[in-house]
Amino acid sequence: MLTERLVATVVVRDGWVVQSFGFQRYLPVGHPEVAVEFLAQWNVDEIVLLDISATRDGRGPDFALVERVARRCFVPLTVGGGIRHLDDVHDLTHAGADKVSVNTTALARPALLEEGASHYGRQCMVVSIDVRGEGAAARVWSRCGTEATDRGPVEWAQAAERSGAGEVLLTSIDRNGTKCGYDLAVIRAVSEAVGVPVIASGGVGRPEHFVEGLREGKASAVAAGNYFHFTEHSVMVTKSALLGQGAAVRISGGRPYVAAPVDGQGRVGRVADFTFDERS
Amino acid sequence: MPRKVLIVDYGMGNVKSVSNALTAAGCLPLVSADPRDVVLADGFVLPGVGAFGEAIRNLRANGMADALTHEVMTRRKPILGICLGMQLLGNESEEGGRHAGLGWIEARVRALPAEPGLRVPHMGWNDIHVRTKEPLFAGADDAPTYYFAHSYVIECSPDLVSATFQYGGEQVGALQQHHIFGTQFHPERSADAGLALFRRFAQRIEAPHVD
Repeated sequence: MLTERLVATVVVRDGWVVQSFGFQRYLPVGHPEVAVEFLAQWNVDEIVLLDISATRDGRGPDFALVERVARRCFVPLTVGGGIRHLDDVHDLTHAGADKVSVNTTALARPALLEEGASHYGRQCMVVSIDVRGEGAAARVWSRCGTEATDRGPVEWAQAAERSGAGEVLLTSIDRNGTKCGYDLAVIRAVSEAVGVPVIASGGVGRPEHFVEGLREGKASAVAAGNYFHFTEHSVMVTKSALLGQGAAVRISGGRPYVAAPVDGQGRVGRVADFTFDERS
Repeated sequence: MPRKVLIVDYGMGNVKSVSNALTAAGCLPLVSADPRDVVLADGFVLPGVGAFGEAIRNLRANGMADALTHEVMTRRKPILGICLGMQLLGNESEEGGRHAGLGWIEARVRALPAEPGLRVPHMGWNDIHVRTKEPLFAGADDAPTYYFAHSYVIECSPDLVSATFQYGGEQVGALQQHHIFGTQFHPERSADAGLALFRRFAQRIEAPHVD
């Protein structure tokens, strides 16, 4: 059975991993290669690396960074930020990316999705959609949430799918960093409107938010960024919590998944190190 | 001694992911687009992130397809095709028109069925049902989980199928014909289960050729 994916979003700003709050305030976390290696070892199902300074600085992707990050990452790696041409897609897959996430350029020139899909297959092309506002007022924003467009998330997701996008990464800017859960209405609307997988993003603060994204949002995959930082083994303890709530998550053999305590703040409690096997 | 595994670079695969994983699995990978390099290798990996038509065109354009055919079909060096790389081993594909494949394996590539509720591409971690354990799944669980990302599947004779998975019906997850192997999933992106598969492929390269 196809499992429900738990995705870690690693947001990189000026070379550092950051926690992001409403796309406006940022808290530094550490080195991208360290964050990615830990998340991969903790059995996250997929990693999305987003370089949010590329478009702002008017530059392309940081290929050297992707090479460094990919070296110790043996789970799927999607890379976004600054992708403008088909050559960028080529160079990213040669640097270690499996998929690319396109946001601003896809809005300006949807043909990039088509070109990418015809060369690399549609499974390689992820359209990243950032949304502000809820319900009928929801609109897609470009350039890392700094520029409004007149497009609605459902209409744009469908158009992007027609152009060649094989997956949608749907992020609520309003929810980002709030810990109050996904914007389930927009996730559900987009999930029901497209035939490609949808990754829910923005707002996770508790393990049950992931379950809501899957059940009520009908997302194929659920992502979080801030949530995974500063907690040892955060992915494994989260998966154990999700299992307890009936989600079909991937459990890797050889490592015990013990029931993790969740405190009143929704933080997954620390599990003693000795309960986790050493990597063989 | 680590086995020299040539990763065929036809301009479209996620060659670096495969190379990183093979290194971690104890192999000596070489990424190359040069058909003259194939004689140096003990075995091959044909990766795959791309569209069929362009992939087979690129492979044929610079003589790589002919060079590989000689090494694999005549000299019987092992090869592992991944995802599109496995599909390229077959006779033909219907992806974006009709395209002939390498034809090393009697197989055809078709789109995943269009069914309500079945999202395509098939993307994510799915478990497989292992039919033939040796050599790629020796020591693995009966239903190990691997990462998939594809819109097309391969169809071949049941005796070539070494593993299946469920998505819109039963599909071919892995196949093997003597020293020719293929996986629809991505071992390079399947964490420890994938690295273990690469290690077993490397061991198969070391084994003496038995006909």
